[in-house]
Amino acid sequence: MTTPFHQSRRDFLKVSTAVGGGLALQLAIPAPVLAQAAAKGKGPELTAWIVVNPDSSVVIRVARSEMGQGSSTGLPMLVAEELECDWRKVRIEFVSTSEQLRRNRAWGSMATGGSRSIRDSQEYLRRAGATAREMLLAAAAQRWKVPGSECDAENGVIIHRPSRRRLRFGQVAQGASKLEPPGEVKLKDPRDWNLIGKSANRLDIPDKVTGKPLFGIDVQLPGMAYAAIAQCPVFRGRLRSVADERILGARGLIKVVKLEDAVAVVADNWWRANRMLKTLPIEWDAGPDGGASTASIREFVRFGLEDTSVPVARDEGDVEAAFAAAAKVIEAEYYAPFLNHAPLEPMNCTALVEGGRVEVWAPTQNAEATHATAAATAGVPLENVDVRLTHLGGGFGRRGFQDYTRQAVAIAKAVEGTPVKLLWSREEDMQHDYYRPMTLMRFKAGLDAAGNLTAWRIRDASHSILAGVRPQDIKEGVDRHALGGIVDLPYGVPNLRIEFAMRNSHVPVGFMRTVFHSQNPFMRECFVDEMAHAAGKDPYEFRRALLQAKPKDLGVLDAAAKASGWGSPLAAGAHRGIAVQDSHGSYAAAVFEVSVSGAGELDIRRVVVAVDPGHVVNPDSAEAQVQSCVAYGLTSVLWGEITLSQGRVEQSNFHDYRIMRLAEMPKNIEAVLVPSGGFWGGMGETPLAPLAPALCNAIFAATGKRIRSLPLSNQGLRLV
Amino acid sequence: MIEFTVNGRKRSADVEPEMPLLWVLRDVLDVKGPKYGCGIAQCGACTVHLNGEPVRSCSVPASAAAGQNVLTIEGLAQRGRMHPVQKAWIDHQVPQCGYCQSGQIMAAVALLKKNPNPSDRDIDAAMTNLCRCGTYARIRTAIHAAAQSMKPAKA
Ligand code: FES
Ligand code: FES
Repeated sequence: MTTPFHQSRRDFLKVSTAVGGGLALQLAIPAPVLAQAAAKGKGPELTAWIVVNPDSSVVIRVARSEMGQGSSTGLPMLVAEELECDWRKVRIEFVSTSEQLRRNRAWGSMATGGSRSIRDSQEYLRRAGATAREMLLAAAAQRWKVPGSECDAENGVIIHRPSRRRLRFGQVAQGASKLEPPGEVKLKDPRDWNLIGKSANRLDIPDKVTGKPLFGIDVQLPGMAYAAIAQCPVFRGRLRSVADERILGARGLIKVVKLEDAVAVVADNWWRANRMLKTLPIEWDAGPDGGASTASIREFVRFGLEDTSVPVARDEGDVEAAFAAAAKVIEAEYYAPFLNHAPLEPMNCTALVEGGRVEVWAPTQNAEATHATAAATAGVPLENVDVRLTHLGGGFGRRGFQDYTRQAVAIAKAVEGTPVKLLWSREEDMQHDYYRPMTLMRFKAGLDAAGNLTAWRIRDASHSILAGVRPQDIKEGVDRHALGGIVDLPYGVPNLRIEFAMRNSHVPVGFMRTVFHSQNPFMRECFVDEMAHAAGKDPYEFRRALLQAKPKDLGVLDAAAKASGWGSPLAAGAHRGIAVQDSHGSYAAAVFEVSVSGAGELDIRRVVVAVDPGHVVNPDSAEAQVQSCVAYGLTSVLWGEITLSQGRVEQSNFHDYRIMRLAEMPKNIEAVLVPSGGFWGGMGETPLAPLAPALCNAIFAATGKRIRSLPLSNQGLRLV
Repeated sequence: MIEFTVNGRKRSADVEPEMPLLWVLRDVLDVKGPKYGCGIAQCGACTVHLNGEPVRSCSVPASAAAGQNVLTIEGLAQRGRMHPVQKAWIDHQVPQCGYCQSGQIMAAVALLKKNPNPSDRDIDAAMTNLCRCGTYARIRTAIHAAAQSMKPAKA
């Protein structure tokens, strides 16, 4: 049941976001308000995705989160392509989880991660557009009493070819909504696309340059309280006690809420809450991991390289015999540290628990998981929950986890009837992530006298993300997800053995942009460079020879080499490095041009990234994703490292967890898009995969020094 | 009670003098454009203008704003028309997640006010705000474009 009190809150939110119009208007409006709007003469729904208004403007619903990647434009483009509406009259609205539940998941998956938004939903979105178009055509044909085959839809208008009569979508929408949707629709041939593949301005940008309150942190409700939180600094530790009597009567204090492993202060604004929290004496029970350090964890993970009995993921031919017969054998060990996602908007979530109902406003990458978490935390049935998706101030995989939702709902439950906005400080965000896993790898390769690769053994010792989120997917001790880019390596090698040692410390790990393809390619592709060097071959040609059976990998490798002028003379002091890696359904290769001074000053002169995602929906957005991957990826390679001491993370904010700034961004970045058609791959993560190895291979070319451990700031290298 | 002008309007807030301007704006006055990213003057997401100068409002106490003029992204448009920097940001499709962009735009507007024709080096020096989405290349292009569009028409 919705109380009038609720309704007034909802209306307030509508008004406060409506001022900006456009996208903001649609930000967080719950279903009842939408129903009201429809009742007030707005147009009817044609399929769950599409509403056509009397003025022929079209509302296209978006079920995935917008975290900067542009899918709130790309997804509607897919619908509009088939609908044949006027793109300039398209608005979007996010789907609410209660509607999704009520309508039996009419909008499919709402999860946003793994670069899946476009590739997993392109088919049903295009189908939805085509279905609605057919209904509009049929309604117009009925009105004219002509065969449907004589009518075309174009730019929001239906045209009867023989008589040149025209009807706008808005004029036939009502009629169309009463028709039975066609069972089968035919999708356009890619050659006939008008929108897909052409750059379109993003629909969310006007609101983002005018400061509209789009984000979770911006949610404002009447009577709202604000919560700050301190979590046990040692993972898996517990709250022992808190001397909350110390702040009794402090200005603005509403309540101190004790959770199992955290303390929250609820106050009348966030700054006061956070200030009080800092003065609170809190005693933690660190548990058994209070002595752990980076060195002890590294040693623990590294044992996986020495362990004599570990699961085998692939075993082909006979590597040991091949090593014995090889003309040359090389070995190397690689290391990648923990990393923090660091989206610029810290974790936050707003919740209201009242009368057995829960309402949540959340910047989440998985609204349905947020919904389920809220229900479980409050102890109410799923039907009594609604989650309104806000824009995300960056996600990068962090916001698929629901820890902050759980906390917000638990706190809201402790102050029932009052909406609470929980916001983590940057320090909490830095010290309570699901970090990119620490990973070590050891390689051994055998080459024959002609420099051909004859045998390759790989031992991967790593934290496993699946162990925490989907343990059932780990089969016989082998986490194929953690082996991404390794277990499926594209190179042809007759003798191959891949072993996996799962080594989980107390540090929580999670999906971070490009996931295991952010560290595994660094290791694999740098070692392939070592092979080429040992074989006395050009690293590009060496890869080409091994990729003969893999045309897509070969395609991007060639594209990057060509665009970068691989092999052509370079300016004095400049050197190139190359790498290739497929991931998330797409293919990417990169070439870096660098120079390195004797003092270790690294100058990145040019970055070329070739990407084949099958189809590109919005080329301008795709280029933006390449640039974004360069900034995100290079930040990790240059400076990224989360370290621990006394069981806790040492970094606390951006002064000791460095993020690339504008002056440090390479000035020459070339995104070479080479969509080869026939498949739909991701675009937000793949371009990052080949960056670290291409850069490190260029550094080797310049200095003769192999980088086998990141970040570069620990290797005597400094960006200039 | 602290009184000051926000986007041309007189506002007052009953807050501690040491409360950062950012939180007075966001939580007391419901001006949500300036964002919280770090709280220690590192990221610039909270950038506003104080008497025309760009400041990181998370590190400016409310007392320092008393009687002064504060301009936020919400006050940038004049008579419903976007500032040339905002237009350039749209033309060059700068924002991704958008979280840093209020601060970036306020920093860029301040730069162009001081230096109507900035070089790449000037932009490097002035634009120290963090963007985790890596929109830097487009920020640079958009600043150059805005500088062009703001040049007085030749007589
Ligand atoms: S929040 Fe003020 S500089 Fe980061
Ligand atoms: S656009 Fe996302 S932080 Fe800058």
